[in-house]
Amino acid sequence: MITIAGAGLAGLASAYELAKRGAPVTVFERGQKPGDSSVARFAGGMLAPYCERESAEEDVVRLGGQAADWWSQITPVTRNGTLVVTPPRDHAELTRFARRTSHFEKVNGQAISELEPALAGRFESALYFAQEAHLDPRQALDDLVTAVQSLGVEIRFATSAPAGVDLNCTATAAGLPGLRAVRGEMAILHCPELQLSRVIRLLHPRMPLYLVPRADGLFMIGGTMVESNSDRPPTLRSLTEMMSAAFVIHPAFAEASVVEIGAGLRPAFQDNLPRLTEHDGSLHLNGLYRHGFLLAPAMAQQAAQRLLKETCT
Amino acid sequence: MQIYGTNISSRLLLGTAQYPSPTVLKQAIEACGTEIITVSLRRETADGSGAGFWELLKDSNCKVLPNTAGCHSVQEAVVTAQMARELFGTNWIKLEVIGNSDTLQPDVFGLVEAARLLCADGFKVFPYTTDDIVVGEKLLEAGCELLMPWGAPIGSGQGLRNPDALRAMRAHFPDITMIVDAGIGRPSDATRAMELGMDAVLLNTAVAKAGDPVLMAQAMAQAVEAGRNGYNADPMEPRDMAVPSTPTLGMAELI
Repeated sequence: MITIAGAGLAGLASAYELAKRGAPVTVFERGQKPGDSSVARFAGGMLAPYCERESAEEDVVRLGGQAADWWSQITPVTRNGTLVVTPPRDHAELTRFARRTSHFEKVNGQAISELEPALAGRFESALYFAQEAHLDPRQALDDLVTAVQSLGVEIRFATSAPAGVDLNCTATAAGLPGLRAVRGEMAILHCPELQLSRVIRLLHPRMPLYLVPRADGLFMIGGTMVESNSDRPPTLRSLTEMMSAAFVIHPAFAEASVVEIGAGLRPAFQDNLPRLTEHDGSLHLNGLYRHGFLLAPAMAQQAAQRLLKETCT
Repeated sequence: MQIYGTNISSRLLLGTAQYPSPTVLKQAIEACGTEIITVSLRRETADGSGAGFWELLKDSNCKVLPNTAGCHSVQEAVVTAQMARELFGTNWIKLEVIGNSDTLQPDVFGLVEAARLLCADGFKVFPYTTDDIVVGEKLLEAGCELLMPWGAPIGSGQGLRNPDALRAMRAHFPDITMIVDAGIGRPSDATRAMELGMDAVLLNTAVAKAGDPVLMAQAMAQAVEAGRNGYNADPMEPRDMAVPSTPTLGMAELI
């Protein structure tokens, strides 16, 4: 029996990979139900390895390349790419972003309006990352729970993990040396009159924003990165900046309903890359940072291989 | 070079925001050999919640210069400075009072007032100001012992937009430590600032947002040193006409 602490993204993805390899698995989760205490609830759910390369190491592209295929086994994945836009006066940001990334096509206003009719006439140029994808994080967590349970994994909710579990996936609660929290803030807007089919990233020197379309006229917006371990609700400043950036993407957001705001703490090591480490008698999978959905599959595969190799010998 | 009584040998001051990761930041600090790093105390982390990041900065062995980045009023800047003093255990403060959230231009009136309050409260103030000489005088009267004129708006990377004003400022305040703060985009901009006789350069975005921040940090350190040496070496004056470096009289006639 392999024991896992934490039924968040890392814990569930690892349980899935272990169970698929035939291992019996039990997951312990402090929360009452799936995703309760998981920062992944607040994620954008973008599977965007090429865009992330702008500020991340090449490892993120390498490890994240198969994420969309992995998630497609479990939950609906929208493979419509990412459109990166900028207001005309910040065009230098688009040039810089293009220099740091790959696998995109430079598109003009005409092409933008063909991809996203709602954005017709709003931007003169954009970068189109056709191979990127996105998913709905909460549905993905629920679907992942169903998937692991159907593989025979037992998840014990409202139960603290015993000491010395085989795999610890408790994010910022793990207290690993060198692990810190990077706070992110988000909001969910309801704007049924606006139709967008792919992730839109707005580049701006001070308030970059990502906007992720979800079902039923909902949009998730986020983008803040604060070196803080406070999980209090979003600040007015962050919300004001995010909302005005959304308004720059489309003025229809002025009439959107704000249906939810939230803040979460992303666990990150000092190089902002995830890793498997031994600590206090457990293997830890941690440090997914802002790349949870993108990197959890590859890291879960590594964790499963390592644990099964160890239990065989 | 002495800054508020502390001997400093590196004339490059480095900001710590916007790096791809703390690891890259640490490598950039090491690559450029800076001795003073600026830290932005955002209001949302003023409760100490940013401790994980600050511990890393304390490990760098650099002197920490907290700043009041993003403060838009005198009161906000003063309160932020007081919180920074407690959190970082230093009375150094880089004072920013922003007058316009779009251009991030300093509010020089608020700046002078905040500088007066903070100097009276025992702070060693590093004022981020424009290249206006009269404002510079008011800041010195308020108790500042150095000036930090801008090269160009924060984060713009435009280099020195008004080198004549900086040159005039240098001439007007020959004995005051002056640090060009903001606007540096490329190493040549830093060299130019140092060739004007500035004592040091403070930059952040140019390194943090470069494709290879560590290499750019090194390049900036070299540029600052080259500019300083060039200034000390007393460069030649440019001339309108070519001056042949070989004599024209007495040359052998070729038949």
